[in-house]
Formats: sequence, C-alpha cells, structure tokens
Amino acid sequence: MSNSNDTEITGKQEFTITAYTENRIGILNRIAIIFSRRKINIESLNTSPSEIEHIHRFNILIHETEEVVRKLSRQIEKQVEVLKVYYNTNEDIIWQEMALYKVPTDIVAEKVLVERLLRENGARVVVIRKDYTVFEATGHREETDKLIEVLQPFGLIEFVRSARVAIIKDSDGFNRKLREFERRQPGEDVIENEYLDKEKNVFSM
Amino acid sequence: MDTIQAEASTLTAPKKTTTVSGSVALLEGLIAEGVETIFGYPGGAIMPIYDALYDYNDKLKHILVRHEQGGTHAAQGYARTSGKVGVAFATSGPGATNLVTGLADAQIDSTPMVCITGQVFAHLLGTDAFQETDVINITTPVTKWNYQITDASEIPSVLAKAFYIARSGRPGPVLIDITKNAQLQMFEYEGYVPCEHIRSYRPKPLVRKEYVEEAAAMINSAKKPFILFGQGVLLGSAEAEFKAFVEKSGIPAAWTILGAGAIPTDHPLNVGMLGMHGNYGPNVQTNSCDVMIAIGMRFDDRVTGRLDKYAKQAKVIHLDIDPAEIDKNVKADVPVWGDCKETLPMLTALIDQKVHTEWLAEFRAYDKTEVDTVIHEELNPQSGEMTMGEVINKLNFLTKGEAVIVTDVGQHQMVACRYAKFNQTRSNITSGGLGTMGFGLPAAIGAKFGTPDRTVVAIIGDGGFQMTCQELGTIMQSGIDVKIMILNNRFLGMVRQWQQLFHEKRYSFVDITSPDFVKLAEAYYIAGKKVEVREDLEAALEEMLNHKGSYLLEVMVAKENNVFPMVPQGMSVSEIRLK
Repeated sequence: MSNSNDTEITGKQEFTITAYTENRIGILNRIAIIFSRRKINIESLNTSPSEIEHIHRFNILIHETEEVVRKLSRQIEKQVEVLKVYYNTNEDIIWQEMALYKVPTDIVAEKVLVERLLRENGARVVVIRKDYTVFEATGHREETDKLIEVLQPFGLIEFVRSARVAIIKDSDGFNRKLREFERRQPGEDVIENEYLDKEKNVFSM
Repeated sequence: MDTIQAEASTLTAPKKTTTVSGSVALLEGLIAEGVETIFGYPGGAIMPIYDALYDYNDKLKHILVRHEQGGTHAAQGYARTSGKVGVAFATSGPGATNLVTGLADAQIDSTPMVCITGQVFAHLLGTDAFQETDVINITTPVTKWNYQITDASEIPSVLAKAFYIARSGRPGPVLIDITKNAQLQMFEYEGYVPCEHIRSYRPKPLVRKEYVEEAAAMINSAKKPFILFGQGVLLGSAEAEFKAFVEKSGIPAAWTILGAGAIPTDHPLNVGMLGMHGNYGPNVQTNSCDVMIAIGMRFDDRVTGRLDKYAKQAKVIHLDIDPAEIDKNVKADVPVWGDCKETLPMLTALIDQKVHTEWLAEFRAYDKTEVDTVIHEELNPQSGEMTMGEVINKLNFLTKGEAVIVTDVGQHQMVACRYAKFNQTRSNITSGGLGTMGFGLPAAIGAKFGTPDRTVVAIIGDGGFQMTCQELGTIMQSGIDVKIMILNNRFLGMVRQWQQLFHEKRYSFVDITSPDFVKLAEAYYIAGKKVEVREDLEAALEEMLNHKGSYLLEVMVAKENNVFPMVPQGMSVSEIRLK
C-alpha cells in the first residue's frame, strides 16, 4: 500500500494501469519492456480476458509519480496492438488480490483457534486433504498479508498471491468504445485525450 | 444495388485463387506495395524467398549488400530520399541480429522500413537450431511492430499490415520473421489487399479545433515567437504548408538536424540550427522567446540541453502526430495533436500576417557575432590546415545546394549539418537520434537509389568510414553513382574534442590510423583522389562531382579542430560557448 508519508516526499503512489489489447503473442513483452527500459519495477501484473471476446485486459500495478505514469501510459497506448490505456489511483478503483495458503491438516483440525481466525479474516477452505488443507482469501494486500502472520505459527507450508485485478469505478466498459475503434474514422470519443477529459473523473487518453 | 446486397454477392462469389508458395506471395505483395528496390543478403533460412526472387529479377531490383547492417542503412537512405518504405532482407540468426543497429536507428529517427528475415522451420523454433535466434524478442524494443509468420496464408495480410504501420502516423521500422516452412508452403492465394485500418492502431490523433484556435490566439499576441521544426514536416510531406505558415506569421524558424531542408537554408526566416552544435542565435533566443512553436520535433536532449533551464519563460505550442511526444520532455501549454499537413493550414488560416522586424534583427545580431567569431574563420581559413567547414563551403559552391548530403556521425556530421546548403527537402540524410557511426556509406547507396537523378555526396569521417567500408563492394557491384568524401583528421574527432574540453586532453584511444583510402577504393574499381593542400581542393571536388560513376575523395583536414559553438552537456542552451 502506498504510504502517505512516502507520497508526500516523493510524489509516488500506487497506480493501476488498465490496458485493453489485442490478444496477440508478444504484446506482453512489448508492454513489459516499456517499464524495464526505464528501470521501473512492476509490482504486479495480471492479464485476463476482458468483457469483450478476443480483447485482453492488462492490470499493471506500479508505484510511481503521476507524471511518470502518464508518460508510461502513453508509451503503452502507442503500441500498435494496444487499444486503450487508463491509469487510476486506488481511490478510483475497486481492486482485489487473491491468496492461497497451505497448512498442515492435523494442526488445523486440532486447533479450533485457526478456524476462528480464518473466519475473522474472511478466508475459506478450498480443499482438505489428509496431510494438508488449502485456504483462500481475497482482499487488499494488508488483508492477505495479515493472514500470513496469522497462519505462520501453525506451520504455513506454502503461500501464493495473485496479481491485482481492478475494476474502474467510473467506467462504462469497453463495448461501445470497441465499436468506435472498428470504424475507419473513429469519433471523438476514441480520440479523446486527457486535455479533453479534464472534467471527468477517469483519466483517459 | 444496395451495400448489403453488394457485400453479400462478393461474399458468395467464388474467389479467384491461385496456388502459390509463401515466397511468391511475399514478392507479389512487395510489388503491390510499389516496392522496386530491395537491399538484402541471402542465407539458409531465407533461401526459398531468394529462389522465388530469381524469377522476379525484372520486377524487383535486389541490391546485394556486404553486411546486413548496410542493408538496413541503405533501406533507410532510400526511404529518406524517396519518401517510400525501405525494404531489407536478411537470413535468420546472425543475418537477423545484424539488422538491429539499422532498426534502432530507423526507430529513433522515424524512418519507414520493412525488414524481412528468414527463420528456421516452425517445428525447430526454440530448439537452438542452426542459425536460430529469437529475432522477434531481440527486435521488439527497436521496431514499431514485428510479427512472426509460421503459415504461408498469413503472408499477404501481415505484409499489408507491415507496410501500413511502417509508413502511417509516425513512421517506423517493422520486421517480419518468416519461418522456412511458410516460405515453401503452397497455399491458395487470393491476391493482395492493402491494409487501411487496424482497429487497435490510430496513426493520427483527431485534430481538435479548439487547440488550433488557442494556438493561433497565442501566436497572434506573441511579441517574440519562435518556431522549432523537425523531421515531422518532411515525414508529413508538409513542406509547402510549413512554408506558408512561416511566411504568413513572419516568425523566425530554426531546425533540428533531421528537419534541415524543410525550408531552404537561404530562406530569410530560416535562422539556423538548434542544439548542441547549432547556431548561436537559435540557442540563445530559445531562452528569450515568449511563444515557442515546436513542429514535428521531439525535444531531444541534444536540442534542449539542460531541461530545467530550457525555455522556461515561453509558452509552448507543440504540434506532433505522436501523442506520446507531447509533454515527454517539455511541457506543452497548447498541444496540437495531429498530422502537421492538416494542422498547419488550419493554423495558418487563423493567424495574422506579420513581420517581426526587431525580433528578427536580434537573430541577425547573434548571427553576426557567430560569423565573426566562428564561421568566417571556419569557412575561409587563409593558412594552416584545411578545415571541414571550408570543404563543405566549397562543396556548396559547386553543388549550389542541390545535392543530397549524406553524413556519418561525428564532427564532420555537425559541420556538414551546420554549413551544407539545402535548396530542397529530403536532402540531409543523417543518423540523428541513434548517432550510428557507419551509417553514411550504406545510407548514401540507398539515398541514390531513392533519388537516382540527384547528386548524392556522402560526407564521412575516417573513423565511421572504416565501420562499413565493405559496402564499397555494393557500390562496385551495383554500379551506383555515389560521391564519397572522407574528411580525414586522423582522429575520432568528436570524442577527442570532448576529451580535450572535458577530460584534460587525456586522448584515450581516439588516435585512429587508416588505410590508404584511395587505394582501397581502387581495389573496388572506384576512382579516387587524396587532397592534402587547400590549393587542390576545388579542382578535386569538381573532378569528383563531374566524374561519371562513384568517386572517393579523401581530404586531409586539421587534426585537432573543434566544432563550435557548443552547448556543453548539462548546460543550458543559452550558455552556448562560441569557443
């Protein structure tokens, strides 16, 4: 999570970049090198289908200043196979990460305490085997982090967390935009840029 | 017939197809794109394409280069003089990796180019097969787009896409990697359909009238407006629109080295070159203008010097086709996104006809200072060793500014850009962004193929020439007429200059010895001469220019001359040094 002190000092904060792309081999690399070339670390990266078939959606989490994020977003949108890029602060989005935790079944079974802690942390059981049990929790970083601490004393065997997935609060999706993109002469809607969007809450280029 | 019916009938009508190989489809596609000249080098993985080329000798001219890097630079030179897309062929593995420098150069200088590489059979991909290299991933950062074809049926549509992407919007290099099986594969070819639209790609942003209006108002109220123009004017073929804008506005205009020639050197409103070795006035006035109008240029660090002291007093209007360039280095107060061929006439229509007499006089005053302290002595030395400037000056006199000047990289490049006269557009072919030594000779070959009726003079240093001098073989074999002028100072001059000025004259590995260049040319059956004294220079230049066919002229110039003015690195443009 972005630390407010840090934001004040460096101007850096968490930004989630959402990129709509064609589903094509190589686009991941084209996007990734935009960051690595500038020695910027990607905190988390998720690619998934979008609301539209054959169009992929990247969620990229980075910790940077808005100016840098804006420039990066433009470089991403410049790629031939990228349709559209948005960037948002945490306030603009609904976001979640999913984590899986593997713990020894005997300990979990013995200690009722664990079960209660799991409930308190909103975790649920995915599988129970004789030797191990897998829990799942979904939430913000500090929530899934907290559960690691909770489970550590009970012999946490394995932990994994997914990349951030995010929905932009103030967005009406991409269906209508895509139709614009498919036109030879797209309307202003698609050609919009940040200067034209000053009045809107969503950054878009 | 209404459109729905028309579409339905074309859908149901049997398509005329012919069974051809992927290689044949590729060559047919190139012809359909208007390609006439290919610069290439064959090898194992591209042999099916070369086999097909054997039968296309009458339609496609293939120039055998001596190194694939030379192929890319030749394709760049061709693209820069002709305005068309340059094409280069190479085989897989080392052939493909040798393209990287040319691709990077074309990427940073926005040169439209399509490179075709052969690749190992698709079933061998990822097995470390002979001459297999991951060319797609190697070239991703240095291409506008790239694609690997493993099935012949993809060839026509991918090629169409490649040409469309390479030349549209902000142009750039595209690489297509074709596996050998796809080159050999027979398939039903339905003909070539040029690409005109890719849904995820918008070559030019929509022009927004309100910004054009805002820009015009800003220009109309400006007291000390200043135009900076770059290659965007040439790439947009907007020279006429640009001239009209400059002349109506009466605003002094200065150029980046890739923008040189967009308006003639002698135009009264052309106030000279920007940047590190640019002219005195344009650099100083950058920090005193009130409105800066940047057109098709990207504020490269060699143009801006220290950014936090760059034009801070000025309102900036930035016209560019690439939205990512706006605010990248210099914050724009008014972003005029779009193709300058469209935006410039809109702007011209809204601005007042003006003359900025006093403001222009300031530029003239700086000019005079520069002439008195630097230029006069550089162009007209009366004694001592020859200077690069006087050689260019003599060349201007003989070519009358009509020649295409191709340069390599280094001191001679800066001197040539500063002093060469350009009456026409697309006349200054140089490696601007990447600064690729070795660019000059192969680029000159391509430049000549791109504009066969014009005189092409390659001005190259003794260092850069030795990086790609094997392309003399290409000149020999193709019989192309390129005038090569080596300005030999027996040093890697630009590095030496920096070592002198900033490293206490610790000349670390800048002392370069050269072969007998004239004999080297002779070995390639190219005529040549070496000039060591001033008295012989003009006659030798004349002989070079009048010679039928290629000619190499080696001119011995001062060993330790420096290019001035100079904006030292890390300094503001207004702190430009005259000596």
